[in-house]
Amino acid sequence: MPSKPSNMKSYEEEVKTFSWDISKKELEYKDGDIINIGWYCSDRICEKGKAEKLALIWESSKGEEKRYTFNDLRLITNTMASYLKNLGVNQGDRVCLFMDKIPELYMGFLGVLKLGAIAQPLFSAFGSESLLTRLEDATTTAIMTQKKHLPKVRNILEKMPYLKYIIVVDDDGSKALREREFALNIETEPKVEKFDCFPSTAETKSVLHYTSGTTGKPKGAQHVHYSLISQYITAKYVLDLQEDDVYWCTADPGWVTGTSYGIIGVWANGVTQCVTDIGFTADNWYKFAEKNKVTVWYSAPTAIRSLMKEGTAAVKKHDLSSLRHLASVGEPLNAEAVIWSQEAFGMMFHDTFWQTETGSIMVSNYPGMKIKPGSMGKPFPGITATVLDLKTSEPITKKGIVGMIAFQPNWPSIIRTYWNNEEIYKNKFKNGWYLSGDRASIDEDGYYWFVGRDDDVINTAGHLVGPFEIESALLEHPAVAESAVVGKPDPVNMEVVKAFIALKPGYDQNKMLELEIMNFVRKKLSALAMPQEIEFVDSLPKTRSGKIMRRVLRAKEWGEEIGDISTLENDM
Amino acid sequence: MAVTKDTILEYVRNEYLEDGDDREVTYNTPLISGGIVDSFSMVSLKVFLETKYNVSIPDAKATPEAFDSVDNIIALLKEMGVE
Repeated sequence: MPSKPSNMKSYEEEVKTFSWDISKKELEYKDGDIINIGWYCSDRICEKGKAEKLALIWESSKGEEKRYTFNDLRLITNTMASYLKNLGVNQGDRVCLFMDKIPELYMGFLGVLKLGAIAQPLFSAFGSESLLTRLEDATTTAIMTQKKHLPKVRNILEKMPYLKYIIVVDDDGSKALREREFALNIETEPKVEKFDCFPSTAETKSVLHYTSGTTGKPKGAQHVHYSLISQYITAKYVLDLQEDDVYWCTADPGWVTGTSYGIIGVWANGVTQCVTDIGFTADNWYKFAEKNKVTVWYSAPTAIRSLMKEGTAAVKKHDLSSLRHLASVGEPLNAEAVIWSQEAFGMMFHDTFWQTETGSIMVSNYPGMKIKPGSMGKPFPGITATVLDLKTSEPITKKGIVGMIAFQPNWPSIIRTYWNNEEIYKNKFKNGWYLSGDRASIDEDGYYWFVGRDDDVINTAGHLVGPFEIESALLEHPAVAESAVVGKPDPVNMEVVKAFIALKPGYDQNKMLELEIMNFVRKKLSALAMPQEIEFVDSLPKTRSGKIMRRVLRAKEWGEEIGDISTLENDM
Repeated sequence: MAVTKDTILEYVRNEYLEDGDDREVTYNTPLISGGIVDSFSMVSLKVFLETKYNVSIPDAKATPEAFDSVDNIIALLKEMGVE
């Protein structure tokens, strides 16, 4: 395993001296300047003499490979921006990117930002209903997608009169496109050498990431171009991205990791990355890392635990000696997996903690800093963090006491609002602190230890799913009278969705109905939202006012104390 | 019920391919590694097989490899005594 000095020489020293000005200086940005993420990730890198350096190595599940330099990135993003502009997309319009992990997704994202429009990446496995919820909320103007996903868009088109442009990036002309549909092929479209990027400034809206909460529909977390200041320097210090690295971020850009560190952080640092949409098996992944001589690998605990299940023998079949730094994201990385990674790869995965709303890494393990397996690590330099008493919302000074992880809201990539939901956004702040919704304790050495969510949101394989959305979908099934959805512990995914369902009269509890309901939710929402387990019940625990008490069901699944059930209407 | 490759293949095509998806799926098409059935959707495929063929597939046997093609699934079912 190659070793080299890390970008951050010493965490303790950095904490004393760090300011966000370091990032601004390296990016040659001064407050008040124009700052456009699309430009920073492509044109600027070319201007720094790296035009011919590889930006992206892409491999499909069928083994097809494409390679793009930073100059290719510059030209293609110009072309996509120009195409959208000529169609009629304007600055501030929301442009959804609804694609698998193909080059057009990565470049389309930057193209949208170059235009000054707002990029709204959505996980391509979302069903029509999930798609509609998010496009409706944002009144999205355009969507870039693939042929295979077109039916999902067409299914809901009549409900979206504001959606003017459906851009199909892989149309082969075999079937006629319909009204509002347009074809764009980045390989054959004449390249635009010069595109005047929108002169965005720090607070110009950039990216809209939808994230789930306990109640209500998913919310659009609004980010701005200034987030680059955080994303650039955290990619450099936490992921330790350096000039000759080959970086692999396994996250899909439909989620914030895939944009903050799968596009912005890596390319703003001028580093080569590789991407694949091959399905997960340990062998596939190791082959990909070996072939591309991956040096820095940023992945998710669910994937790491799946690799762990396959054992170290599977690792040894491949030459992964190029690896020099590993990091994980999405959910806490349990100690067993951290220790296993040392045995398997000769180095530990460094757990990182952050959220859609934070836009960049907040608490982390760092190269060179001692890792305590199972710990989140320590706050990134420049981040003021604490845990707040759950009743008083005051910082807890005593070590080892669990409280709500909170941050002083003064880092560059913090969200500016939730789209159309200022009220809920304001509720994220209390006593001058941003409330993460996650609970942890801090030990004597300043390490943070994750405990759990403070609400009913389910973290499955590192993705947050809101029970309300799933329960609403379940209620649309003709057999379902009532439902409650909770997270159930899972050794690989941390939690999986479990649904408790009371049926309408006339419906029998059986496996076929279970399967039918599972598939119903999967197609409506997504595979993530699909209940992995269904338990039919005669009734659900409710308060006397009729509110379903999810926490009672959840506590039973986790073997925890049920807590106060004095308001429970019926016996459990 | 007798296991037929075509029954399983038809189920996969109907449930996991979207309407506009014209990918060819045959008995040995990689389902999991090929991205047709993701790891979360695998559970519904497992429930289908268990329900259809009245068998209980232990979690340890329900691996991405075992489910990675119709042929592999047939082999798994045979191993479990389902013909």
